[in-house]
Amino acid sequence: MSLKIVNPGLSTSIQDLGRPGYFHLGIPMGGAMDRFALRVGNMLVGNPEDAAGLEAVFMGPEIEFQKTAIVSVTGADLPIRVDGQLQEAWTSFEVRAGQTLSFEFLKSGARAYIAISGGIQTPAALGSRSTYPIGALGGVNGRAIQALDELPLGYSSNAIAGKSVAPSMRRGPGSPARLRVLPGLYWHRLTEAAGNGFFEDEWTVALEADRMGYRFKGGRSLEFVDREQPFGAGADPSNIVDGCYSYGSIQVPGGAEPIVLHRDAVSGGGYFTLGAVISADMDLIGQLQPHTSVKFDRVDMAGAMAARHERKNLLMKIREELS
Amino acid sequence: MAQIFSPLPGTFYTKPSPEALPYKNSGDPVVVGDIVGLIEVMKTFIEIKSEVPGTFSGYVAADGSPVTAGQVLAELAA
Repeated sequence: MSLKIVNPGLSTSIQDLGRPGYFHLGIPMGGAMDRFALRVGNMLVGNPEDAAGLEAVFMGPEIEFQKTAIVSVTGADLPIRVDGQLQEAWTSFEVRAGQTLSFEFLKSGARAYIAISGGIQTPAALGSRSTYPIGALGGVNGRAIQALDELPLGYSSNAIAGKSVAPSMRRGPGSPARLRVLPGLYWHRLTEAAGNGFFEDEWTVALEADRMGYRFKGGRSLEFVDREQPFGAGADPSNIVDGCYSYGSIQVPGGAEPIVLHRDAVSGGGYFTLGAVISADMDLIGQLQPHTSVKFDRVDMAGAMAARHERKNLLMKIREELS
Repeated sequence: MAQIFSPLPGTFYTKPSPEALPYKNSGDPVVVGDIVGLIEVMKTFIEIKSEVPGTFSGYVAADGSPVTAGQVLAELAA
């Protein structure tokens, strides 16, 4: 064993890039909420980008290292200490056997990713070590980490301290955060005024925001176009005959508060979805604290594809920089 | 004067339920581990405990107000 958890923080879980391929069976993809931050963190410590690290939300854990390793912390600004000594974020540093990694109060963002050379080597479930507590898959016996857990680390020979990513290449949300949305299959259910209002209003992140979904409040309620209730659909105008939900899709139960479905979301149900946050912006949601302001920006498919391309290019640039 | 900080962002409550009395009033003795408030986030309520002993001076953050990590919630006289 190589990492001993002294204090788990709030809800620190083992995450890799997830387990795609089972969503049709109701098992979500899971994986890091900010995949960009985890990928870059792994690059900094010489790991494959899909190696498992720790996702710490709002609060950092305290971890005693039983083996010397190279570590990086990316994503949220959660000041880092090794035996009390401050360390740089988005930069690899050494933690020697016997030293303790700890964190101060969160300054910005929501989720910090702790990547450790060799990666965390807990058993994979359906091809991933990502923790999905509701399904008791991955992680430590299907759950988040707890005090006194001991996590095994893999072998690494190519990690070095002092690797860093330039601040211009560290991606995080602005203020207000801007999330690009592609209107979807059920867009026609909204009146034109309601559709415009969704993009005009400023929303704030509600307290009901976690790995399954992020709820937003503060905007106007949606108005629906009149219809004859379809056979099999609920009576509320926001109901549909059950359909599939995609990663990033936005459901609005009762037309009141939009919920963006994230990595651990349900795969289908009976609410209409007005569209989806584009994949290039999903990582930004993982860094939103409650009470943060958010604006949704309408894009078309070409705009969404261009954003995806841009995000891929940024990752490629970082890959080249660090190799 | 000692301060109790919020360890995480969320909504702060000075009492265990809307109808209940606040956890602490000015002048109350506080021992290490005493609950002084709750933070709600991610559908969870997290108990905020004092890490220092003293006499409760008062809440700095209002009941039901949004707070960020590191914000002062309450003060104690040592």
